[in-house]
Amino acid sequence: MNMLKLSWKYLIAKPLNTGLNILLLALGLAIITVLILIQDQFEQKMTKDAEGIDLVVGAKGSPLQLILSSVYHIDFPTGNIDMNDAMALSKNRLVKNIIPLGMGDNYLGYRIVGTNYDYLELYDAQMIEGHPWEKPFEVVLGHEVADKLGLKIGDTFVGSHGIGSSSHAHDEHPYTITGILVPMSNVLDKLILTSIESVWYTHDEGHDHEKFEKTVAKTGFPETDEDREVTSLLVQYRNPMAAVQLPRYINSRSALQAASPSFEISRLFELLGVGIKLIQGLAIVIIIIAGLGIFIALFNSLKERKYDLAVMRTLGASSTQLFLHIVLEGVILTVLGAIVGILIGHLFIAVLVIQNDQGAISTLSATVFLKEELWILAYAVLVGIIASLIPAWSAYQTDIAKQLTKS
Amino acid sequence: MLIAKNIEFSYQPDQKFNIPTLELKAGEQLLILGKSGSGKTTVLNMLGGLLKPKRGEIIIDGTSIYQLKGAALDKFRGRNIGIIFQKPHILSPLTVEENLKLANFFSGTNGNKNESLLNDLDILDKRKARVYTLSEGEAQRVSIARALANSPKIILADEPTASLDDINAANVVKLLKEQAEKFNAVLIIVTHDQRVKDHISNQITIGGEA
Repeated sequence: MNMLKLSWKYLIAKPLNTGLNILLLALGLAIITVLILIQDQFEQKMTKDAEGIDLVVGAKGSPLQLILSSVYHIDFPTGNIDMNDAMALSKNRLVKNIIPLGMGDNYLGYRIVGTNYDYLELYDAQMIEGHPWEKPFEVVLGHEVADKLGLKIGDTFVGSHGIGSSSHAHDEHPYTITGILVPMSNVLDKLILTSIESVWYTHDEGHDHEKFEKTVAKTGFPETDEDREVTSLLVQYRNPMAAVQLPRYINSRSALQAASPSFEISRLFELLGVGIKLIQGLAIVIIIIAGLGIFIALFNSLKERKYDLAVMRTLGASSTQLFLHIVLEGVILTVLGAIVGILIGHLFIAVLVIQNDQGAISTLSATVFLKEELWILAYAVLVGIIASLIPAWSAYQTDIAKQLTKS
Repeated sequence: MLIAKNIEFSYQPDQKFNIPTLELKAGEQLLILGKSGSGKTTVLNMLGGLLKPKRGEIIIDGTSIYQLKGAALDKFRGRNIGIIFQKPHILSPLTVEENLKLANFFSGTNGNKNESLLNDLDILDKRKARVYTLSEGEAQRVSIARALANSPKIILADEPTASLDDINAANVVKLLKEQAEKFNAVLIIVTHDQRVKDHISNQITIGGEA
């Protein structure tokens, strides 16, 4: 027998009461866990995906939409821009490098993105097998795409028009897989990468087979004498001065829009912040109610237990031990609540991920445990101690003789 | 072993209890008789280290117990004094055995006598039982076992037979006497129960004739 076991025995003597208190506290802490996990992982992913991209240039529209579609590949593109405008921009002395992107097709919901080798280099992408595209209609798959769809090198597939799945298929131009990327744990995992030319030729009406056999551009823009379009451009600055001058210069020109990923993302989090604050507030209210529940449960049980406490004193327990006995009950309750809460939080994310196997939520991981979760535990223990302080003090002051005579 | 000198106590200033000086050697037994409200339980509480008298001194085994402070007194009480109440007051979340172990834990003794104690009191087969499955007589025997779990030098019993029938009452008194003799402990029974009178010859009466 020891103090911990004694408190535990008293708790399981009232399983319903104990269970309810643990569940209520766990619920509040689960919400906090989910918020912490989502916030941390989103922020981490978003920063990682936007690394090395100073500016995104695309058609006029919402700057946030431009960033979401061109950097994170989760929203629809704002439209296409003329390639001549794009090429003119690449000659600007403030621009170090420009990576063109051509979008508009998908295969079973996975986006097909036309670009050049600079895009692979930007994320330092390595091949697990095969080689990058060299001719039109050759593609490289992100690791998750290959994994989920069970595709391998040499397989062919037909893309369909649009960003989401189930639009009309471009049956006359099948793609051939030449390479598969290593797992990157970033946005590339969910993309099908190819050349800009592939995206153009898919949408062309005629069949110019001579064109299909030419090698594609590996850097910069493809050479063409036709009037062509691209969807957006990822820009790297040459010097810090560019951050001041370039966006203003681009935005003042009618056809183009420039948006900074870091600025737009912090704006996004600001917008979401209101919602997050609201849910956080709700969680805190639930935790306070749980704390009150524990307080009331301990306080009520104390009335029935005064006699037990007096008997313990006659058996040699000191008043400090009785104090500890009650505080331990509160702490056991809240530690269990915290553990159950953290588990429910992770389980919730796991279910969320299983139900959304594409899109932003699917990038979350339920198995990541954060340092902040230890704070949840500490926070819960604090609630337990505060809730049990008054009942424990009352136990500390039990007058044995009076209590034993009262029966 | 037990000396109570010039004990005086009062709940209100005009209502004083005066308790005769007691001196008991190890193994001696005493019956304190008195009507309800005569202060019998108060005397027992003072002897048991639960209630500090207004005046006087209680010395157990050479220690003046009210000189001990706080936790030291609690520990001393746990080790040297076993108290049996009118009602058994077994801690209901614990089993019979765990009630005894708790007594061992709080006083810091090893409890290796627990099994033979339960055997002596004929409740060994109930050691895993919870209190609400016990009969009244069994419960009272458990409370005796718990009071004896630390091999106390003083055994105090407050109306131990009040809620029992004749057979159980006689049994309990017999058990208390047997165990006190076995441990060579002082046994003091406080009661108004006339059935106990014949069992212990050494008697005092407080607060007038019972």
